[in-house]
Amino acid sequence: MIPLLVYVVIFVVAFYVVRFIADKTAIQDYTSLKTVTFGDESAVRSNRAASVISIVTIFVIWGAFTGSKLLPGFMHAPGPFIGDTSFTYTAEANGQTDDATVYFRVHEAGESVEPIATEPGDGFAKNDTELVAAWRSKLLRVDKNDDIGKDEGAKVIAINGQPVDAGGSVEVDGGVVTLSDKGTPNFSPHAGWQMEPIWLPSPEGVFLRTIEIASAGFQGFTLWEHLGFSLYRVILGFVCGAIIGIPLGYAMGLSDWFRGWFDPIVEFMRPVPPLALIPLVIIWAGIGETGKIILLFLAALWIMAIAARSGVSGVKISKVHAAYSLGASKAQIMRHVIVPNSLPEIFTGARVAMGVCWGTVVAAELVAAEKGAGKMIVAASKFQNTDIVIMGIILIGIIGFGIDVLMRYAEKVLVPWKGKG
Amino acid sequence: MSGLSIDKISMRFDLPDGGHVQALKDVSLDLKAGELLSVLGPSGCGKTTLLNIVAGFLAPTEGQIVLNGHKVTGPDAERGMVFQQGALFEWMSVRDNVGFGPSMKGMPAKEKSEIVNHLLDVVGLQDFKEKAVYELSGGMQQRVSLARCLANDPDVILMDEPLGALDALTREKMQSLVLKLWKETGKTIILITHSVEEALLLGERLLVMAPRPGRIHKEYRLPFADLGVGQDLRDVKKHPEFAERREEILGMIWDMEEEIMGRAEEKA
Repeated sequence: MIPLLVYVVIFVVAFYVVRFIADKTAIQDYTSLKTVTFGDESAVRSNRAASVISIVTIFVIWGAFTGSKLLPGFMHAPGPFIGDTSFTYTAEANGQTDDATVYFRVHEAGESVEPIATEPGDGFAKNDTELVAAWRSKLLRVDKNDDIGKDEGAKVIAINGQPVDAGGSVEVDGGVVTLSDKGTPNFSPHAGWQMEPIWLPSPEGVFLRTIEIASAGFQGFTLWEHLGFSLYRVILGFVCGAIIGIPLGYAMGLSDWFRGWFDPIVEFMRPVPPLALIPLVIIWAGIGETGKIILLFLAALWIMAIAARSGVSGVKISKVHAAYSLGASKAQIMRHVIVPNSLPEIFTGARVAMGVCWGTVVAAELVAAEKGAGKMIVAASKFQNTDIVIMGIILIGIIGFGIDVLMRYAEKVLVPWKGKG
Repeated sequence: MSGLSIDKISMRFDLPDGGHVQALKDVSLDLKAGELLSVLGPSGCGKTTLLNIVAGFLAPTEGQIVLNGHKVTGPDAERGMVFQQGALFEWMSVRDNVGFGPSMKGMPAKEKSEIVNHLLDVVGLQDFKEKAVYELSGGMQQRVSLARCLANDPDVILMDEPLGALDALTREKMQSLVLKLWKETGKTIILITHSVEEALLLGERLLVMAPRPGRIHKEYRLPFADLGVGQDLRDVKKHPEFAERREEILGMIWDMEEEIMGRAEEKA
């Protein structure tokens, strides 16, 4: 809740700050002179400052709530309590009471430290000294060194002088002491607002882990091998799907028999999510490469067939008529009119298909694989390697985005006539 | 036999609801080589259907088209077509569009580029030959269409409202260009239009068609196309006979439209 609140505050504050600055430096172009902007889509231009602040904000919040070393200390959210603390407990036995002190040293997880040195003290209740790691808690058998233990009827009745019953808690320096149902004190040091690295590692932790995995590897394969295998499967599956799907789509666009024969199949298979085919593909082809390629082939096939079909159907009849009256043969019309006219649709289909394939391959690897981006993150999650999981998600996102950008670029270069007909 | 003969063409087809449409009935017409015929008529009179039959895109249910002594059975390079718009190949440059016909024939590159260059000069697009067609204005695109059609040296040019989508000023310029090309090349041209003025200006012969069934209502022989070659077309429009004919034909088409509306009301 707190990070969300911080996020909303930054969103609102940045809006007013940027608007205040932008008002003073605004350039006067045509759009800036429009008085109707609410509802005029063309007047809504993506605010670059907002984009930059948005991305910086995500990293700042991530850093602040994970105690990132990239951020100065004052920007950190309050961290967990670390250091020494103590509280006293009052034990009662056989009508007499006695106080003793418990010394706690709260240390960072994984560090080995010595407990605080202490004297047993007087009375039947003796002083204790204990260690606890930050974000953890410790159930404390305070009576284990006392002269009269719990078994002899001793009972903790107060913490720091405040009376407390089983199940109740008392705030102490650096944490909370709760009496368990059986009357044993349990000390939880304050966790603060930061996230524990096993739930959310800091940005630099993820980055360092990326470098480590890139060279040392994870589960027997380097990062590049994991990502490369996923990409290789996508490309191979997509290419197979396109090689079969495009001619199939052309045939469906050009012949009524093909259209009639394949329409029911294509229209049925198109809405079936490729993920639903994973179990069947595993049964038939196993979890190896063949199964993955078949799955991605099926994911790309229908999309490419439909794209090619609509590319052919979309050709203006006047263009075909014109070509016939200019003396073109059927083969020439195919090559010089139908194919170039359908290319924009095919590129759009290819972009969609690559996106779907990328999503499908990751999902298929989550289910079963030896290597691949999906395999890497699902294996890491089993070992609570949150940093690898986050790194994997970020890299999968970057690659998916990269594929889309490349396809758009290829489209711009190869079919500049798109939408101009 | 030189020339185009449209011989008792009828066209009747079934509709999915069990009815049928008589799009054309007994349309006959003979065109000598080099004649320019414009065709007018209210919507639904079958003028585009007739043009598509002459082009070979549709088969008539009765009758036949004979060009230079042989029967028309399908589209062919001897009958070039100019469409209203959107029939250029936007994946090709202006030059490749104009050279499409010669390329399909496998004409040698040198010969082809001579033809293309000549025609680009004729239509005034020499400076735009490397451009993509979608970079040109509507008027320029129609110049490319004309040049592309002429590059194939067809016997007959069929024009389906070629200037219909242009603004008034561009349209006037293009009308002069069509007349000029007609005179220079001596092609037989059939031009379909919605504009009475255009039909009068460009048609050496003018055919008014009537709907339901599509048929020839009246034919005129007009002097304006010959008068207009190389002249300011606005002067031709001042000709007293021009205004007279225009009013007469407009009245004719107006009556036909009224009749269609009347029938529609009766049905309702």
